[in-house]
Amino acid sequence: MRYGTTTAVDGLSLEVQPGTVTAILGPNGAGKTTTIETCEGFRTPQSGSVRVLGLDPVLDAKKLRPRVGVMLQSGGAWSGSRAHEMLRHMASLHAHPLDVDLLIERLGMQSYGRTPYRRLSGGQQQRLNLAMAIVGRPDLLFLDEPTAGLDPQARRATWELIDELRGHGVTTVLTTHFMDEAETLSDHVHIVDAGRLIASGTVAELAIAGAEETIRFTTRAGLDLHALMSALPHDTKVAEPAAGHYVVTGAVDPALVSAVTRWLADQDVLTETMHVQRQTLEDRFLDLTGHTLR
Amino acid sequence: MSLDLSPRPGAAPIGSMLRHQAQMELRLLSRNGEQMLLTLIIPLVLIVLGARSDQIVDLGPGRPIDIITPGILALAVLSTSFTSLAIATGFERRYGVIKRLGASPLPRWGLMVGKVTAIVIVEIIQLSILVTVGLLLGWEPAGGVTAWLQMLCLIVLGTAAFGALGLLIAGTLRAEATLAVANLVYVLLLVGGGLIVPLDRYPDQARHLLELLPSGALGQGLRDTFAGAGPEPFSVVVLIIWAVCCGLGVSRLFKWE
Repeated sequence: MRYGTTTAVDGLSLEVQPGTVTAILGPNGAGKTTTIETCEGFRTPQSGSVRVLGLDPVLDAKKLRPRVGVMLQSGGAWSGSRAHEMLRHMASLHAHPLDVDLLIERLGMQSYGRTPYRRLSGGQQQRLNLAMAIVGRPDLLFLDEPTAGLDPQARRATWELIDELRGHGVTTVLTTHFMDEAETLSDHVHIVDAGRLIASGTVAELAIAGAEETIRFTTRAGLDLHALMSALPHDTKVAEPAAGHYVVTGAVDPALVSAVTRWLADQDVLTETMHVQRQTLEDRFLDLTGHTLR
Repeated sequence: MSLDLSPRPGAAPIGSMLRHQAQMELRLLSRNGEQMLLTLIIPLVLIVLGARSDQIVDLGPGRPIDIITPGILALAVLSTSFTSLAIATGFERRYGVIKRLGASPLPRWGLMVGKVTAIVIVEIIQLSILVTVGLLLGWEPAGGVTAWLQMLCLIVLGTAAFGALGLLIAGTLRAEATLAVANLVYVLLLVGGGLIVPLDRYPDQARHLLELLPSGALGQGLRDTFAGAGPEPFSVVVLIIWAVCCGLGVSRLFKWE
């Protein structure tokens, strides 16, 4: 997918299983929106193919549109339309829409029903956009950053709703740059960066793949890392990424933990905290992209 | 009762979609204050002023009200089918409404049908009011029933020409640029586009140019109609050419987002 001479998405290949939640995770500008909008039929790829529910998003748009619910990253409503009016209008375009009043209640949208879209807060607009995406009872949902700009409670509520939709057999594809969102919600995560798919799998698979386990401990700064390393098995590495924060990387087993604590005891150093941990999705993401995420 | 979230997709029947879309467009149009100013207040002020316009502008021989009323009807068509349509559509593009509706079961032609229906309804209301006010102020349209039918045809053609031009601008420029251009064109055509002042009051060269504009063709066409003479075929041809050319432009160049 190219815009002028810029290639936004290149050789990105992924598949989504029905009835699951798939997260496309990546830093800003990675090509998440381009990918999802190609699936929505807004863009035609210069090469390659897209099939959504077995249909071509551009050529079979007429058949596909009723079955797909779309939440754009921003906008999508008349600036002068009132919140409930807009939702009812979207409902009126579908044959068997959700009960609008119940949906309004479910999403906590009762208090701003007559407020014009342009005067809704960012979070209220997001909720309306989500409601507009699901009101037609689609088989498949494309949500572009569904929780951007939401407060923590509203994010939780959105997650619960997406989870409940999955329970009813709705397939969801969402983009996000929130790690916890991908971890909490999704069955599958695809990490994209600079228009390429760089890793795919379940959250657990991604976190484990190539993972080295670590022991992290904090104590006073400036321990002699070479001395510590020589007291540990050969393939173990020790680093002090921030003053007083130490990371021991290697094959973590009880012997290693014991070796670390024994050496610390010999130095008469008391650790303040000590964690034995597996790699998280966030660590993995950092390894893969070199980008920090929120 | 609880919310049943299980999938049950399907498009509403097309007639129902079109009706809802047109109603929504109409509600949004009527809610807009500038819109009311443009579609009713300016034409009403002008028709009242025009009724005694000997002191303001020289409209030429004849009673001022008979000359100005057809021009005001043409102005009403311009304001609704061109200016309002262009501005509304420009901002719909900007706010992603057209894009979002493009992902809904409503077909793209349905979006256009909704717009046209809303415009036609606004025009019917607008023209009924202006014709009534004109008659109350002493307008004496000549030409009988034939003239009213000719008026209808001219207004349909004028709406098509101005509407297509409005969509062409809204579909290719940014929303702010569309706003500026649509208002500027409205003012320019109002003042010097042959809408209200009869073409024979302009210098020769200007008149030849204005005859080629949709504003000149519609304004003069309506004046000729209600003078009892019927529109010049040339005016009709000019409107058709504008409608066809701008319509083709829209189908080729209109960018949906």
